[in-house]
Amino acid sequence: MGGKIGNMIKKGCLYIVLVAGAVMFVFPFYWMLLASLKTPEEVFRLDLIPSRITLDSYRYMFERIPVWKGLLNSFVFAGSVTLITLIFTSMAGYALARLKFRGRNVLFSIMLLTMMIPFQLLMIPLYIMVVKLQWMNSFAGLILPVSMNALGVFIFRQFFLTVPQELIDAARIDGAGEWRILFRIMMPISKPAVVTVAILTFMGPWNDLLWPLLVMRDQELMPLAQMATLFGLEGQGGQWGSIMAVNTMLALPVIVLYLFFQRYFIESVGSSGMRG
Amino acid sequence: MKGKRAGYWLVLPYVVFLLVFMAYPVLFSVWLTFHDWNLVSPEIPFVGLENYERLLNDDLFFKSLWNTLRFILINIPLQIGLALILAVALNQPLKGRGFFRGAYFLPVVTSGVVISFLWAWMLSTDDGLINGLLQKAGLHPVPWLTSEAWAMPSLAWVAAWKNLGYYVVIFLAGLQSIPKQLYEAARIDGATSLQCFFRITIPMLNPAMLLVVILSTINGFQLFTEPYIMTGGGPANSSLSVVMYIYKNAFQSLDMGYAATIGLVLALIILGVSMIQKRLLEKDVTY
Repeated sequence: MGGKIGNMIKKGCLYIVLVAGAVMFVFPFYWMLLASLKTPEEVFRLDLIPSRITLDSYRYMFERIPVWKGLLNSFVFAGSVTLITLIFTSMAGYALARLKFRGRNVLFSIMLLTMMIPFQLLMIPLYIMVVKLQWMNSFAGLILPVSMNALGVFIFRQFFLTVPQELIDAARIDGAGEWRILFRIMMPISKPAVVTVAILTFMGPWNDLLWPLLVMRDQELMPLAQMATLFGLEGQGGQWGSIMAVNTMLALPVIVLYLFFQRYFIESVGSSGMRG
Repeated sequence: MKGKRAGYWLVLPYVVFLLVFMAYPVLFSVWLTFHDWNLVSPEIPFVGLENYERLLNDDLFFKSLWNTLRFILINIPLQIGLALILAVALNQPLKGRGFFRGAYFLPVVTSGVVISFLWAWMLSTDDGLINGLLQKAGLHPVPWLTSEAWAMPSLAWVAAWKNLGYYVVIFLAGLQSIPKQLYEAARIDGATSLQCFFRITIPMLNPAMLLVVILSTINGFQLFTEPYIMTGGGPANSSLSVVMYIYKNAFQSLDMGYAATIGLVLALIILGVSMIQKRLLEKDVTY
């Protein structure tokens, strides 16, 4: 049975490729976690299992920077942007999908166009606006200029287009207004769209570095990504352990969310053409 | 009509956002390119096309553009080659596909900050993991981030590593949309696996391939976090990206007009790439 053996060899090769791939992607994270738990003397050794586990690197990190503050700031930043986006882009998406009004098509075209504007064009004028409005070093300055995205409008519009008209008509006959229809009927049946927009939006500000770097100057107000960057770039006298500790703190919340909602993460990012 | 009024109210917040934080900044940006401003001076003199002239004579700008192109040219084959191999392997009926797909996607959801520091450490010349392994294998250590020759290729590798899982998902979707009958027909005609791969799989994956090329190109032009953290643009500006150069001009030299000019040129390049993408993708949908 040469075919059977051939098949087994083929399968074996496939598994080798897949496992090699998994090691390539997962091992660096293990290495990061390990470095944060090793003693400074052992950080540079290549052993896969350290002789001693210590929290010294975390202690050093907590002494130097307000990590919990940073985490909280990140949650406030990413959470606010997500909430604002969910509320207002679903409203625009619903109007663009189901209501007739003048300028609807123009607005939709403009919205599609804005998806092509890179942030690098906006960042200088936005920075100047933030300075002029005296929003420097404030959450208003950090959040408002990036508080909505065209992708949200687009995803909600596409999803609302698929809802049967009878459902909306029935609600209208019962005397429901458009706001009620949107928030009481459309949103509850649009969980996939809500989850997609929420995940995509949340990951943006959580992982963002460039915009906080421009707006926030006071360490107490910085999101953790920015705090970690400045902490790391100071060098810490070759304290890679503590840099990996703050890295772990920054990566962990998203990774935990990802492990719970893996399928949604992959579907939402995969279907939208956006990177994290 | 009642629906009409509601429509206006519903889009109002988003329209306000568009006007204040998109339309106005774009116009402001264009206006800035004709002016010279250090952000603090009360006067903002009009300088005509001076900023554009300066751009055309600015070796460092062209260097940053060339660096970015180099990054893209190394990044794309890496992305396509590795993502294709992993996607084809994942497309076979095997156990644990969900696990592997999940593992490959992990770097995609992780912050670029985390990944930059992690790889900066693993690639460091004296005490990094990679050079440690090379030395164990009897090879010489490589100055991955500290030599002009290696800095940009190293960043291209790190970016490829971060986004590979995402491209695997795109390729996987492309592979699954290829009709099984094509392979069956080819088998009956006596085609080998390799022939099937090059005559059916690759041509049918063209739209996905194109998407990967365009997305990596757009991402490449926006390169910032990796060089900012891993190399600071060095050594000798060999890994200075266009966005880093904008950042330096705007926020270290406070040269707002000039920085806006580079920003506008970069935006036009990206817009051009996006337009080509739209054209090509629209054409490809109807195969």
